Amino acid sequence: MGGSFNSNHFVFLMMGAVWTLALTMLAFVSGGVLGFVVSLCRVSPLRALRLITAAYILLVQGTPLLVLIFLLYFGVSMAGFQVSPLLAADLALTVYSSAYLGEIWRGCIESVPREQWEAAECLPLTRTQRMRLVVLPQAYKIAAPPTAGFMVQIVKNSSLASVVGFVELTRAGQLVNNSIFQPFLVFLIVAVLYFAMCYPLSYWSRKFETRSGIYARVQPE
Amino acid sequence: MSYQFEFADVLEQWPLFLKGIRLTVQLSALAVVFGFVVGLLTAIGRRSDTPWLAWSCGAYVEAIRNTPLLVQIFIVYFGFAALGWKVSVFSAATAALIINLGAYTCEIVRAGMDSINKGQIEAAECLALTKLQIYRYVILVPALEKVFPALASQFVLLVLASSVTSQIGAEDLTAVASRIQSETFRSFETYITVAIIYIVLSYLARVLFWAVGLIVFKRRRRLGLAF
Amino acid sequence: MSPIIEINDVHKNFGHLKVLNGVSFDIERGEVVAVIGRSGSGKSTMLRSVNRLEKIDRGRLVVCGHVVSDPSVDLHQLRRDVGIVFQSFNLFPHLTVRENVALGPRVARKLGRAETAKISEAALARVNLLEKLDVYPEQLSGGQQQRVAIARSLAMEPQVMLFDEVTSALDPYLTGEVLGVMEDLARGGMTMLVVTHEMEFAKRVANSIIFMNEGRVWERGPGGMLDDPQTLELRQFVGKT
Repeated sequence: MGGSFNSNHFVFLMMGAVWTLALTMLAFVSGGVLGFVVSLCRVSPLRALRLITAAYILLVQGTPLLVLIFLLYFGVSMAGFQVSPLLAADLALTVYSSAYLGEIWRGCIESVPREQWEAAECLPLTRTQRMRLVVLPQAYKIAAPPTAGFMVQIVKNSSLASVVGFVELTRAGQLVNNSIFQPFLVFLIVAVLYFAMCYPLSYWSRKFETRSGIYARVQPE
Repeated sequence: MSYQFEFADVLEQWPLFLKGIRLTVQLSALAVVFGFVVGLLTAIGRRSDTPWLAWSCGAYVEAIRNTPLLVQIFIVYFGFAALGWKVSVFSAATAALIINLGAYTCEIVRAGMDSINKGQIEAAECLALTKLQIYRYVILVPALEKVFPALASQFVLLVLASSVTSQIGAEDLTAVASRIQSETFRSFETYITVAIIYIVLSYLARVLFWAVGLIVFKRRRRLGLAF
Repeated sequence: MSPIIEINDVHKNFGHLKVLNGVSFDIERGEVVAVIGRSGSGKSTMLRSVNRLEKIDRGRLVVCGHVVSDPSVDLHQLRRDVGIVFQSFNLFPHLTVRENVALGPRVARKLGRAETAKISEAALARVNLLEKLDVYPEQLSGGQQQRVAIARSLAMEPQVMLFDEVTSALDPYLTGEVLGVMEDLARGGMTMLVVTHEMEFAKRVANSIIFMNEGRVWERGPGGMLDDPQTLELRQFVGKT
């Protein structure tokens, strides 16, 4: 046993928190790009494209993120490529985020009033122009709060990267605990650090959430 | 570079998979039932006029919703030990899942309760019903009916999230997978198989909750309203 | 015998707004009193104060022997004795007509199954809706819903019934069927306090009419007072409607 919790341990946890944020940003950017493509495919006029992305979403949303991480970690290395834990975690979080963000953003695109589409059609704009100039600018505003809300999910779920050995906040907590064996204290501190990262995002998301989050899922009478 | 898929060795382990499925289903079922009860009670607590009660229910919800499940599982698991209680891995895992799901359920159920027309509550007060009677007979069913789709999605997510309990050694489907892959050296095939099982499980869970909705919400069934 | 409702110098403010400014009047058992007045005259607040949906700031209010102005009044007993019907029906959407009406007797009065059924069916018979027992509120017209709401109150077997602009959300045709039910009730001897905009109904059915203005009883008299207003305000009000 290596004594009690000291400032070195705390610095180590803070480093872990920085890696959690880095992994979150990485996954958010790549997951966001892929998710954007997914959402556009979901509203595409091509039936095949809609079905394929729907199946993609169904499969990803039906698989635990943990299994997804293992799948990519082992799967990609089986295919003969060396995968670092960071890459495996980032890939898994990317796939995971793209499916959820794709669905969230599809909802936002579809919630832009029909008349806006029709007005744009009369102008006459091409489909791409309609999307780019009329629909998306309005969808962005609707999408901001639920997107921030989903970032909270990414921060939290990045903790699963610890299972393949990537040293983010949770893994850092495990390492600190291995040396001082005060699990309750260590993981409480870890939890507080996560809370400090997530709460501002949650708060902001809820404050600006109009009717797009869980309240939209409340069925009207 | 081509990879030869070889599922035979993996599928030979089907009794182990079955055991894992059983534990995942048990964990999820317990967590959903008791997590729902916790969520219901804390939703009522959060709406209460007693400031400390409303505040503590709110603090519970925020604490859970803004920290990872994995860390919650560690805290519960080691917390029991710190308190000097000897509990099985299964109990610790179940408790952590209940605490986790309770917070999400609280938020959803509260949204449903808040959406009940104030006039109906007033009418119930005028029928000399007590606060608890009003919750039971006037608020509960329509509130749950309104948020049932969101609630069902949350429950399905929990089935998937229960995989995280493998990290403290619960012998669930994910833990079984890691055992099988280390014995067969067929990790990719193992996790593909497990992913498919989870997809099927979550689909079955969806069907189950849909059926529960039909049974519980008599009015929807009678009027032919779909969820 | 003392009046069944005694209201004495009742005051109520919403913030800086004086809503009730010294309301006083009595109602005898079996009397039907219509309350008229412009919106904002305080008539709804007065009505809601009678069964303590609103708490009054000052004054004395006694209903069926319950001192409503006393903070420690037994709300349970008060609400068993005083029924109320709202403008917006407020039926419970997840319950059938029968269940809506049975809720009070079964849960609040704790009556048995058989007796509850008997009372609920009697109440629904009084509003002519026995054929709609197992239907949900949303399957009914507005007029039918309001009649169910009346039956729901009647099933508590109250001594006094309050009506808060119960026909304001209905078209003239549906208004007629609801007013018809209320007229039957009045003839049956029920004590009724009716806030309404239906002048013809007030004149024909009420024993007396109260005209409220600026949070006070401005004029009170029999139905004929509408044809012979004593005050400028009532004259303007009658002229307008």
